[in-house]
Amino acid sequence: MIKQVDATQLKSKMNSRVRKNAIWKSIFLLSTLFGLLVLAVLIIRVVMQGASWIDIDFLTGRLSTNADRAGIMGALLGTVWVMLVVIPVTLIIGVATAIYLELYAKRGKIQSFIETNISNLAGVPSIVYGLLGLTIFVRLMDFGNVVLAGGLTLSLLVLPILIVSAQEALRAVPAQLSEASYGMGATKWQTIRRIILPAALPSILTGSILSLSRAIGETAPLTVLGIPALLIPFPGGLFDTFTALPMQIYYWTLDASLVAEYANLAAATIIVLLVLLFVLNSVAIFIRNKFQHRY
Amino acid sequence: MSTLANNKMKVQVKSKQDEETEAATVESGKIVYDTKDLNLWYSETHALKDINLEINEKEVTAIIGPSGCGKSTYIKTLNRMVELVPGVRTTGTIAYKGKNILDRSFKVEDLRTQVGMVFQKPNPFPKSIYENITYGPKIHGIRNKKILDEIVENSLRGAYIWDEVKDRLNENAYGLSGGQQQRLCIARALAVQPDVILMDEPTSALDPKSTLKIEELVQDLKKEYSLIIVTHNMQQAARISDKTAFFLNGEVVEYDKTNTIFTNPSDSRTEDYISGRFG
Repeated sequence: MIKQVDATQLKSKMNSRVRKNAIWKSIFLLSTLFGLLVLAVLIIRVVMQGASWIDIDFLTGRLSTNADRAGIMGALLGTVWVMLVVIPVTLIIGVATAIYLELYAKRGKIQSFIETNISNLAGVPSIVYGLLGLTIFVRLMDFGNVVLAGGLTLSLLVLPILIVSAQEALRAVPAQLSEASYGMGATKWQTIRRIILPAALPSILTGSILSLSRAIGETAPLTVLGIPALLIPFPGGLFDTFTALPMQIYYWTLDASLVAEYANLAAATIIVLLVLLFVLNSVAIFIRNKFQHRY
Repeated sequence: MSTLANNKMKVQVKSKQDEETEAATVESGKIVYDTKDLNLWYSETHALKDINLEINEKEVTAIIGPSGCGKSTYIKTLNRMVELVPGVRTTGTIAYKGKNILDRSFKVEDLRTQVGMVFQKPNPFPKSIYENITYGPKIHGIRNKKILDEIVENSLRGAYIWDEVKDRLNENAYGLSGGQQQRLCIARALAVQPDVILMDEPTSALDPKSTLKIEELVQDLKKEYSLIIVTHNMQQAARISDKTAFFLNGEVVEYDKTNTIFTNPSDSRTEDYISGRFG
């Protein structure tokens, strides 16, 4: 044994080292529990308040100021229509941008300037995107407060998040795979389509679902666009006026001081929104696991 | 493809006749790569300095040297793989069958179709064994299932791995052992029918038994292909190559018949390296 190491000294330090480890472990556990606990309280409260209000009439009914007869079909359809715009627009533009920046653009000042700005855009408050959408889509392009304007605005809002995560996904594909492809005379596009994209797909999907979930829940940009909260007719196309689930929740919570039952309606709508998010996430996880590769 | 094979047979017969006049063979052997005054920089680092090498067809050429001597850089220049590194600059020429591949007009896809590459770490695609082999032919537009089946069998046979995998062609290539994966990668390179195969330390990640198999395979492949192998293993270079180039600090110190390099090197630095005094 090395002389400089004193065995008895090691022994005495042993207990304090082990104790320290136990303390840190409980700190980490408490932090985890804090988040879980708050979430649990929130969900339990919402479910207790709203669950009894959910039935077929509530899901399929039209909006009414009479709490007993009010339904959310309009808002539900509005959210679905908006997502029909957001999903393709965000995925196509987002993944294409990520491919260009990560695989085609020359490394240099311009490229890193663009990348830094995209990261910054991901942190811009959503209400600012609402103003942007109002200026460009509602006024300049004169769409009005319709599905298309709402969808494009929400796409702009979540695009930076998707681009950044898709870039990370593309970067994570091992270089040796693309080298093997280039080494056989494949072009860049062939390598991207056949090797890099399939390998990056699971991570890209994870990133998309995070950004699309955010788009579903956003309220602030919609209020700026002038999306109504009180709307009786159902939307049936891209150029119809609409309302969305978060707008509905916002309106009912705001007016809960006037009609007490509105708070219950808001809670019931929150449950529907949560279930919708849960289903979307499950689909994404299922697809991700199905296509997951190991390298 | 059969005419291609025939041509290769003819060349092979010819070289056998030539072997009788041994000295003449090496001098008159057809040159596949003629490197003249090649210099290469990674941004500021001068990685290759005034390289002049003539590499013969249907031979195994080994490139040896200590880590960082530029041997991998050189072999990656031969199929312009080195261009994937940002900030690379070259001067000089590399004539491949008489045409300068460093010229912008030489399509890099065309070059890499004729010059296959096997990498240090086995890198099969996360696909089935069958799809790994058909990847190359498919990117070149071959869609006929019957032809693809034939290519798969011939390539796998050519890389000594057919018997081990013929019953599980549709299984994922990642289920194979490291040595099998490397032979699969060689088969994948053969599937596009190249003329040259570059190997960048192909056995450094493999166990001795798999290494031996690949060395045997290389001996067999040189009947039809020109092989250029970078290796850390001097015994390997001595065992399998016809000519050996010794690189040091980005320069070619000595280039000669392998026999001469290992028994009677003319430069003292070569002697120091092969006798294990440095590197």
